[in-house]
Amino acid sequence: MLEITPLHYSLLSAALFMIGVIGVLVRRNVIIIFMSIELILNAVNINLIALSDQLQDLAGQVFVVFVIAVAAAEAAVGLGIIIAFYRNKETVNIDEIQIMRW
Amino acid sequence: MESIWLIPLLPGIGAAINGLVGIRFFGKRLAGVLASFMMGWALWLSFWAFVELLGTEERFHQVTVASWIPPIPLDTVDGVGSFTVDWSFTLDPLSAMMALIVTGIGFLIHIYSIGYIEHEPRGGVARFFCYLNLFCFFMLTLVLGSNFLVMFVGWEGVGLCSYLLIGYWYHKQSASDAGKKAFIVNRIGDWGFVLGVFLVFFTFGTLDFRAVAEAASQMPVETAAVGFGVISAICLLLFIGATGKSAQIPLYVWLPDAMEGPTPVSALIHAATMVTAGVYMVCRNAVLFTHAPMVMEIVAVIGVLTALVAATIGLVQTDIKRVLAYSTVSQLGYMFLATGVGAFGAAAFHLMTHAFFKALLFLGSGAVIHGMNEEQDMRRMGGLRQYMPITALTMAIGAVAIAGIPPLSGFFSKDEILFRTFLHHGVFVPDRVLWGLGVVTAMLTAFYMFRLINMTFFGAYRGPAWGHGAEEPGHDDAGHGDDHGAGHGHAWHGPHEASRWMTIPLVVLAVGAFFAGFVGVPIAFEAVWPWTATIEHFLHPSFVAQGAHAVEEAHHMSLLGEFGLMGLSVLVALGGIWFAYRNYVERPEAAERLAESLAGPHRVLTNKYYVDELYDATVVRGTMGSAGGLWTVDQRVVDGAVNGTGWTTIAASWVSHILDKYVVDGLVNLTAWICGEASYVFRRAQTGLIQNYAFVTLLGVFAFVTWFLVAR
Repeated sequence: MLEITPLHYSLLSAALFMIGVIGVLVRRNVIIIFMSIELILNAVNINLIALSDQLQDLAGQVFVVFVIAVAAAEAAVGLGIIIAFYRNKETVNIDEIQIMRW
Repeated sequence: MESIWLIPLLPGIGAAINGLVGIRFFGKRLAGVLASFMMGWALWLSFWAFVELLGTEERFHQVTVASWIPPIPLDTVDGVGSFTVDWSFTLDPLSAMMALIVTGIGFLIHIYSIGYIEHEPRGGVARFFCYLNLFCFFMLTLVLGSNFLVMFVGWEGVGLCSYLLIGYWYHKQSASDAGKKAFIVNRIGDWGFVLGVFLVFFTFGTLDFRAVAEAASQMPVETAAVGFGVISAICLLLFIGATGKSAQIPLYVWLPDAMEGPTPVSALIHAATMVTAGVYMVCRNAVLFTHAPMVMEIVAVIGVLTALVAATIGLVQTDIKRVLAYSTVSQLGYMFLATGVGAFGAAAFHLMTHAFFKALLFLGSGAVIHGMNEEQDMRRMGGLRQYMPITALTMAIGAVAIAGIPPLSGFFSKDEILFRTFLHHGVFVPDRVLWGLGVVTAMLTAFYMFRLINMTFFGAYRGPAWGHGAEEPGHDDAGHGDDHGAGHGHAWHGPHEASRWMTIPLVVLAVGAFFAGFVGVPIAFEAVWPWTATIEHFLHPSFVAQGAHAVEEAHHMSLLGEFGLMGLSVLVALGGIWFAYRNYVERPEAAERLAESLAGPHRVLTNKYYVDELYDATVVRGTMGSAGGLWTVDQRVVDGAVNGTGWTTIAASWVSHILDKYVVDGLVNLTAWICGEASYVFRRAQTGLIQNYAFVTLLGVFAFVTWFLVAR
């Protein structure tokens, strides 16, 4: 059976990160972009946990717990903004959100 | 003697009161009486100081009132000296005599002025007496001051008062011009005096007369063999000052014009006292002058030339006061002749007798002018002796005195001068030349004085007619002058005698002019008059240095020679008088015929040798021309430069403004414009689409990571 090495974790993390990034860049629905951001955060989390395990340092895992907490708060604020926006514009298409342009 | 500092101060206080309060509040009589009272008090103090001085052995007393200039280190010829000046006054024979003359004559003239000036408006009277008192204050400071600087205060002060009093009728153009002329000409002399004082301090390190005399007596006499040294330079500069103040060639021109002032002023300032300040100053520095025989020679020559020139001009003047003015210049020339031949005592003696008879003559002429309703031209007088007998008699005494007829005062003093000149051996001038000129002048003096007397008091009346009916002509009781003063526009009732205020001083002065000469009877009279040369002996200590104890030189020649000289001068005087009598009384037309036959010289004399014209053409025109030139330079060059600077600034500011507007502002605006234009390009990047930004961020991250990985 193939042993799971830190390289595997890193590859998984990188793949997940790239999926998240591409999702943020190409999708138009704000909700989807939001979910892609969560993917990016979790890619980072995987990376942190893997390295924590390898380096035998619990600080990495503590950091992950913080990231999850901050992500939850961010999700709450972000979803609030999206709902407020939807009530004004009747859409969640990111292309429509350009009112801060010149 | 301790209170000699009060002598100048009293008239000073009088001047202050009259000037500050009197002009506004005092009546005419009060102002005059106050001023006269102050002079009388000063005369009283001078008299007692004189008496006390006679009682002392040393005949010298100095009172220091206050320190004026505290010691200041100043360079002198012997290194750094201490320049310090005190307000100190000296009483010695010379200053005591001068103080008596100034206060005595001054007091009489103050009294006279009360009568003379009463037609003036009220404030004008107080102003007049303020000036007159102020003059006496400065003159007494000059006389009693014991160093050059205190003397200089008086010296300048009397010049100021002279200016103020000549221009007393300042609304009259000629009077204010004459005042300015006197002031400016005096200033030229003062320039020499000040330089002389500087040189005195530089040489001797002190300004005290006595200390200077003592120091100078230790120095060699600067004869022609020794050469023209520092003492000669000092004496020459001081003499320049004396020529200005005492109206000698070439600075005498102001004195005849000074006759524009009121007549008491002419008597006090321009005859008896101020103009003798130069003679006094030379006598005061007798020790210095005896150490500079070459300068003495110059003094003598200038003196005798002035005497002669002024006397010849006096021959043809028709204004009664101008005759007396030229006579004054001439007599001052005599005094300088005396100092120049070393006869300082004779100079001071003549100064004293001259003060009496010239003050008398001036006051008499004032009475005549007054009685003739301000007429000064002698051609319009004549026969006045029946209208004003007191004036006629006293003026005649004055004229006899100045002509040099024994035993009146002028004979003794003038004869002493001529005698000493006769004995004098000059440095450059041949012996007897100065004496000869002096004798000629004596004859001219007798002639012009009796011409004046004859034209004024003898012969037929030539003046304007007056309204008959009101009063008899010749109504000359003393009360007349008083009620005449009631109004200025009062009708003139013909020539009349002056009021008692004026005649009493005349009589007193006439007595003085008659008897003053007896203090200086020539030694030749020893056999019949035991008190010979009293005044010379009395004054002698003032003319020698303290330490020196020089023996008084005896000036003797054979008795026969001495009496011969006296007889000659009396004959000469009588000749002049006879000539005047013949031409102006006996045959009045003879004078005109004489003038016609000598038309050329007569014209030159009438025009006063064209000296005023000469000065006008050279000095005055030169000064005005250079002033005009400088004004043009000022206008064109200096103002031009200033205005040019202004225009340059304006032009530069305009250029600067253009630069600012188009270059600096242009650059600023260009920057703004470039930014504005550039913004059209660069704002395309601001899509407002969050994904664009995120993509750019990602590209950046990749770029940095790539750079990190590859370049490291």
